[in-house]
This record gives sequence, C-alpha cells and structure tokens, in this order.
Amino acid sequence: MARQYDVIVVGGGHNGLVHAAYLARAGLDVCVLEARPMVGGATVTEEIFPGFRYSVFSYVVSLMRPEIIRELDLPGHGLAILPLESTLTPLPNGDRLYRDGDHHRTWREIARFSVRDAEAYDDYGRTLFYMARAVKYLLGIAPPDPGRMGPGDIRGLLGLARHFLNLESDQLHLLVKLMTMSAADFVDEWFETDALKATLSASGIIGTFLGPRSPGTAYVLLHHYMGEIDGNFRAWGFAKGGTGAVAESIASAARAAGAEIRTDAAVARVLVKNGRVNGVALANGDELRARVVSSSLDPRRTFLDLVDEAELPGEVVRAVRGFRFRGSSGKVNLALDAAPDFSCMPGQGPHLRGAVSISPSIDYLERAYDDAKYGDFSREPYIDIVIPSAIDPGMAPPGKHVMSCFVQYAPYKLREGSWDDRREAFGDTVVDTLARYIPNLKDIILHRQVVTPLDIERTTGLSQGNIFQGELTPSQLFFLRPVPGYAAYRTPVRGYYQCGSGTHPGGGIMGAPGKLAAGRVLADLGKGPRRARGPVPGRRGSGR
Amino acid sequence: MLLQTPFHPRTAPLCHHRRWRSWSGYASALSYEPGHEYEYYAVRSGSALFDISPLRKYEITGPDAAWLVDRLVTRSAFACPVGKVLYTPWCDEAGKIIDDGTVQRLDADCFRITAADPCLRWLQDCALGMDASVRDITLDIAALALQGPTSRDILSRVATGAAIVTLPFFALTEGFIGPAPVTITRTGYTGDLGYEIWARPEHALRVWDALVETGRGYGLAPAGLDALDVARIEAGLLLKEVDYVSSWTALIESRKSSPYEAGLGWTVQPRPGRDFVGSRALEREAAKPSDWALAGLEVDWPRIEERFAAVGLPPLVAGRASRDAAPIFAAGARAAPRQVGYATSSTFSPILKKYIALATIRRGFAKPGTRVDFELTVEFVRRTVSATVVETPFFDPARKRS
Ligand SMILES: Cc1cc2nc3c(=O)[nH]c(=O)nc-3n(C[C@H](O)[C@H](O)[C@H](O)COP(=O)(O)OP(=O)(O)OC[C@H]3O[C@@H](n4cnc5c(N)ncnc54)[C@H](O)[C@@H]3O)c2cc1C
Repeated sequence: MARQYDVIVVGGGHNGLVHAAYLARAGLDVCVLEARPMVGGATVTEEIFPGFRYSVFSYVVSLMRPEIIRELDLPGHGLAILPLESTLTPLPNGDRLYRDGDHHRTWREIARFSVRDAEAYDDYGRTLFYMARAVKYLLGIAPPDPGRMGPGDIRGLLGLARHFLNLESDQLHLLVKLMTMSAADFVDEWFETDALKATLSASGIIGTFLGPRSPGTAYVLLHHYMGEIDGNFRAWGFAKGGTGAVAESIASAARAAGAEIRTDAAVARVLVKNGRVNGVALANGDELRARVVSSSLDPRRTFLDLVDEAELPGEVVRAVRGFRFRGSSGKVNLALDAAPDFSCMPGQGPHLRGAVSISPSIDYLERAYDDAKYGDFSREPYIDIVIPSAIDPGMAPPGKHVMSCFVQYAPYKLREGSWDDRREAFGDTVVDTLARYIPNLKDIILHRQVVTPLDIERTTGLSQGNIFQGELTPSQLFFLRPVPGYAAYRTPVRGYYQCGSGTHPGGGIMGAPGKLAAGRVLADLGKGPRRARGPVPGRRGSGR
Repeated sequence: MLLQTPFHPRTAPLCHHRRWRSWSGYASALSYEPGHEYEYYAVRSGSALFDISPLRKYEITGPDAAWLVDRLVTRSAFACPVGKVLYTPWCDEAGKIIDDGTVQRLDADCFRITAADPCLRWLQDCALGMDASVRDITLDIAALALQGPTSRDILSRVATGAAIVTLPFFALTEGFIGPAPVTITRTGYTGDLGYEIWARPEHALRVWDALVETGRGYGLAPAGLDALDVARIEAGLLLKEVDYVSSWTALIESRKSSPYEAGLGWTVQPRPGRDFVGSRALEREAAKPSDWALAGLEVDWPRIEERFAAVGLPPLVAGRASRDAAPIFAAGARAAPRQVGYATSSTFSPILKKYIALATIRRGFAKPGTRVDFELTVEFVRRTVSATVVETPFFDPARKRS
C-alpha cells in the first residue's frame, strides 16, 4: 500500500515549506516533495567553489512577511536578517551617487546633483511609505473573485472597497498611478537627476521583460518597496548564511511541527481520479497518496505539466498558456580573492555592505532593454550587486569575498545561438561592464558562476527562468494571478491547490502565497482558523 | 572634560558622528556610526570590539586574599580555582546589592575584581585585620571586549602563548598579543561567544591594532554602548542603576534589591561556617522570601502591531534600548488596573524579532507563563499590551558556552 498523507506539497521552495509548516502546525500529516537534493528552490545557498558560498539565485530579503517569521519562530530555527542600507550608483564619468542610512549625508550627496532632488527625496520616501501601507492589507488576504460572487468573495470585495475608500484621495490617486504608469514616469514626478531616477526605477524592471519606460513597471517598483523589516517599510537585508538559510529555517520549523520533507523526490504527475486528486507519482515511479496535493510550482507546471489538460476547463488551459513568464534575468556569482575596489569610492568602506547598482541613467536601462527586445542579452546590462561576505563573514574565507550580480536583460529566447553556447559570452559582458567601475575586478576573480535564464529554468523549474513564477505586472496580479477564477489557491481539480509565487501576492522571498494557501486548504478541510499546534510561545530554544 | 581611555587615539577617528557619552567620566562611544544597527549585528554575526577600560578594577593580593574575596562577594572564592572567573554581586550587611562584577583568580593569592563604580574604601575596610592588600588598578589596565561568533577565530590567530580554542567559558589565561603580555578571560556582557582582554595601557594600541587587522576578515566592527545595551538585555544581564539600584545610592529602602530580588539568587552560596557580608540577612531572606523578583517579559507582538496600526503606523519599536521604567499591570484588569511591577530595561530584539523587557515584579507574577500587561506609549498615548513572563536569557546561543 502506498503511504497515505493528508497533504502532499509539490516543491520545497520557501513557499512550499511555509505552506507545509502551517498545515503541519494545524495537525495535518504533511509531506513535502522536492526534486533537488536540497530545499529552497530559488532560495538556496550553495558552495559551488570550495570555501565560497553563493546565494545562487535570490540574494536579498525584504518581503518575507514578519508575521510568518514570528508565527513559525524562524529566528529560533536559525534565521537572522542582517541589515543592508546603502546603495551606490557608480557613474561612467568616475563620479557616483551614494545613499545610506545617514540622512544628512544622503541629502548632501543628492544635493551635489540637485538640491531640489535632495529635498524631494524624503517626500518620495514618505509617499512610498503610504503606498506600502495601503497595499500591506492585500498581502494578508486571499483575493476575492469578482467573477464568482460567493459570500466570501462579496465580503472580501467589500472589505477591499472599504480599505481603499478609507485612503486619502491623493493616496488613492497615487496608487492608481502606480498600477498604470511606467517606473520612469513615476519617479519623474519627483526627480531630475538621471542616476537617481534610473536607480530608483530599476526596481520596476526586475523580473519583467519590460523597460523602465514601459507602463506597468511602476507597480513592480512598489512591489520591491512593500517589504517590512522590524517596522521599516522598504528595508532590505541579507539572510545570514545566504538566502538558503531562509529556506533552511522554514524547513526546520516545518519538521518541528511534524512535516516530512523528502529531497531528490521529483514529482512526475499529480494523480486525479473522478475530478478529485488522490496522490502523486514520482519520477522514479513511486506513488504516494494524499487527500490534498498543493503545488508550489509555477502556474504552467502546476496546470499544464503535472495534470492532464483534459482535467481542466479549456479556458483555464488557454489562460495559463497566456500567462507571461518571459524570463529576462541572469546572475553572475563571483568568488573574489580580495575586496572589489570601486574607482568612484576606493577602499573598503561601508559601501561594500550595501547594494551597488549599475544604472547610471534611464537611457542606459532602456538601451539595455532594447537589446533584449530584439533577442539579445544587453551589451551594457543593468546589474544589481551585493557582497554578502562584507557583512557575513561565514560566506567566504577571511579577506576573500563573494559577489552576487543580478543582471538584466538576459532574455530567455535568444535570437541567435543558444544559452548553452553563449553562457560565457554573457558572463564576459557582465564582467567587462563591472570592470569599468571596479578596475581590480579581473585580477581578483577566483571563480565565476554564470546563471542564464535557461539555467534557472533547468535547476529550479521556473518556466523560462522567470524569477517570480510569472511577471508581476498589473494584468497578472491579485484576482488575475495566475488566472481569473482560480486566484484563491484552488484549481479546477478538487483537492488540488496552488501555493507558489505564481499566486497572489506574487514573487519574491515572501512566504505569503504559501501561508494564504494553507488558510484556504484548512478552511476547505473544515479546519478553519484555530489555535495552532506547535512550540509553546515564549519558551527558549523551542521547537528543536 | 571627559577623560580618554588608552584606546582613544584609535576610537576617536572612528567615531565619525561624535556620539560620545560619559562612562565613569571617560568618553565612551554610543555608536561609531550614526546608528548602532551594524554594531549590534557584529555581536551576533561577526565580532564586535568594545572599549571597556572605564570599568573599575581592583587587585587583591596576599596570603588572606581568598579569605577576603570570600567575605566580600556572595559567591564563594574557594569555589573559584586559579584560572577561573566568577560573575557575582556583592552586598551590604542588610543583604542588599552594592555592585556586581567579575572576580578573576590569577593565582592562589591574587584576585582581580571589576566593578561598575569605585569601592576601594569599602574593599580596604573589609580587609581590616587580614593579611591581604587591595589596590585600585583601574588606570593600570586597559580592557577590550571582543564579542561574537567569530571572536574565537580572531583571538586564536592574534594571541600567542594562550590556548584560546580550548579556553572554557568563564576561564582565564595569560598570553601575548604581539609583544604585549595580556590576560584573556572568556567573559562578556553580550551573552555570545566572547572574550575580554586585559592589557597594560602602554600596549593598548598594539592590542587594538592586532585585533582590528586580523578581525577584518572575520566581520569585526568596533562597537559602542548602544549595541551593547541591546545585546545585554537579550542576554538577560543586569545593568547597575537601571535594573537595580545600588544600596549605596538608594535614598529609600524600597529601592534596594537583594540578589534574590534581582534574579541573582543563584549567586548566593552559603556554606556552614561561611560568613560573608550580608550572609545573615540573606539567610533570613532565603527562609522568608521577599515579595519581589526579577522576570523576563516578552511583549505580544500582534498586540503591539494592533496598537500602532490603530494610528496608521507600522510597529515603531526598533531602535535603541529603553532605560525608562514602564509599569506592569496584572493581566486584563483594564477597569481597575493593578500595578504589579515595572520593566526596567526594554528593547526590540533584532535577532529574536520580539519586544523584550527585564522587569522587577511581584513574586506571584514572576512565574514563566504568567500573563501581565505592559505599558507602552504609542503616539504619546499610554496603552497597555499583553506580555508573558519568560525565562532569561532571552537569547542563549550554544556557542556562548561551547
Ligand atoms: C535569479 C533570481 C534572483 C532573485 N532575487 C530575489 C531577491 O533578491 N529577493 C527576493 O525576494 N526574491 C528574489 N527572487 C525571487 C524569489 O527567489 C522567488 O520568487 C521565490 O524564491 C520563489 O519561491 P517559491 O517557493 O514560490 O518557488 P520556487 O523557489 O521556484 O520553488 C519551487 C520548488 O519546486 C521544486 N520543483 C520543481 N519541479 C518539481 C517537481 N516536478 N517535483 C518536485 N519539486 C519540484 C524546485 O526545485 C523548487 O525547489 C529571485 C529569483 C531568481 C531566480
């Protein structure tokens, strides 16, 4: 007899793990099946080169919901988030724009370019605070379905209406702008300094196949600003031990609550009988039974790969086929023999603990996009750099460093050649671009890992290498994510659920889809909200 | 004029924001950067280097040294073999705490005591009739605390002639840093893996430079008192004149605390025939416990969030630790609040993501698991939020002792 579980979670990315932890705490018998030898998915730390630990894919944390960190006692399971507060934008002329937690210094730095901008900067920050506060509400609710109008949906829509109508009208206007404008136009309303506008609007292009002047990117910018660390909106941080430590801590919490986690266990099919799920078949042929199966994979895999299309209504299949992935990002991870020396800010100052953004102007970003539009990687790409070893000594041997470079654009579909042929050329382009700002770079590279969108897809299963399990543009958000009618974690197959970044509230190391989907499953099993089983709050070293 | 410690030539240029405060009359950095966040995380993730030279230090020598120490402090000096360090308070005749610090036993007849405030006269008076001498060596010793998970890696590379890797928790060793002879104790005020390094002032800068140089690859950061304050609350460690009032400064009896009342009952080590200052009073108190106790509190986060959300704010509690006392009430009695104690130190714990406090509280409410109400001021309005009594330390990583 195949082993029978209450719930099988397909995929051990951070959302699958959060999902499993909440279900196990509610008393269910849960098993997570992860294809790779390690949990984490797009949130992994790997020692690819001996002594150097790369956050291979995702590299910084902000969106992770504080309530999940607390409810699962992730600090007790080893999670520590270290601060990241500065951003350096090196400029081609040798100058720079540097912003950090020192308010007055940041003011002076921006004022070198424009006093007006320096003064607008706080206003911009306050505005985004209001916006983040307004959307925070959405991060905690399952999207109601305006097409279905069940009692829960009506209640949800009314709650939503009340929430938004309570906003000041100017804030409501701004929110609408954010949903519709381009990132470049949005920041244009405040600033005139090109490097500042470019660096701020760069948050709006991450994970999309859009340029800073494309409508819809303003929302993506907001998405990167709605995280909250210790009551600070917009704060970003490093997970100690790399982003894999986030997944590890959640896995530890899930195990402590009784969940089983199997690695090297790729799921081939979700088994459906009479329109109802009854288990999964592994790639090795084993079958496991469960009343509920939740997929944390992206919508394409969840709907089109794991189940037979015949089980799904035609319009759902069509809608999923139309869901935009269009992977556009790559990564270059470097092991360095010494600290990188920026010509615009020489030496080993605190700027190494922050982000470095290669985004000197809006035109630069837009040109980078132009290359991608026509099927090539950017000749001069946007690069978002962090050096985790500058704040977390565990990431590299003493005196040496790891440097994570997130790169756009690297379109999944190349006009010429394949990613396997062009991987190193892409790596060279990134290193050449960086070396213009970091003269010692080429001399200190000990090892280079180039991650193309194809590699992302192959390793993590993210379709077309889209980092968010599907673009986060307004047409793919909230009750439209991933498809109308199935935005609230259910699928047309009874007992089959979705819990990954392809569902509301979307991508990033956030955990919210996993948790909200767990609420859905529990409600459907008649196990609505009730006191969670789990470690006694307030006890030291609880749960291990 | 604030005095300068022997490390001042190094700390002053690092203290870009001139955030100094007086610690026993010495210029002591609150933080070297505008905020203490990175310095705090150095304690928990890399290593932090604190200049602790302003501590008072006394040396007790002579054939009766052990007898004298045994008489002075609540823990027994005879339970402290050579090469060990004790943390202990000391009391007046009424069994009320005067001060607290560490006792290092360097030799059979040589001890060093650290104290927050001067107490030479008292030490010497206690030595009356004994063959032991007490010397104030505060100015003869410059001291650093190197605290954090990488402190062992750093120190074992910097120190010679000392077995750092195997040095047990609360043990001491002699050794060298470069040419400078130093005493190294595995002690600290952060609740993390850490060491304190005691050197002669003329060697201070060389010791500092060696640690900073090697520490660079291990996430070392010079750190100030703001970071220390958060870390020590997480570690459940008391601060004199904040969490308890010295019996020498308290103007009224009710302000004084016995070790039992300050959560330090475990340091009271009576032995048949042992007579230490305050022992008789403490014996009476042990038989008839006081009504007051020390407790750790964990404030309910969802309630904090609600309180702030009600005024449209995210929970704005992260930042510096608070030393302003806050009343504690019996749980749930909103209509007729009954105060049952007061929190003396409180802070948001960045590592635990919790709001925690040390409180002096009526014994009946000090049991772990007890629910109480904590006063929190939100937007200038006093509110209460529920809190739970928990055991301290709040944060107690295995590496502290391992
Ligand atoms: C290069 C890159 C950089 C990023 N940078 C950041 C960042 O800095 N900050 C941030 O917040 N977010 C970032 N993101 C986004 C973020 O990492 C993802 O949105 C998030 O990790 C997705 O989590 P998930 O659990 O929803 O899905 P995934 O992490 O995709 O998890 C799915 C899991 O399922 C497994 N799997 C796949 N197929 C099967 C199968 N058939 N059977 C069993 N298991 C299977 C996969 O191995 C994987 O572990 C980045 C993503 C990428 C790719």
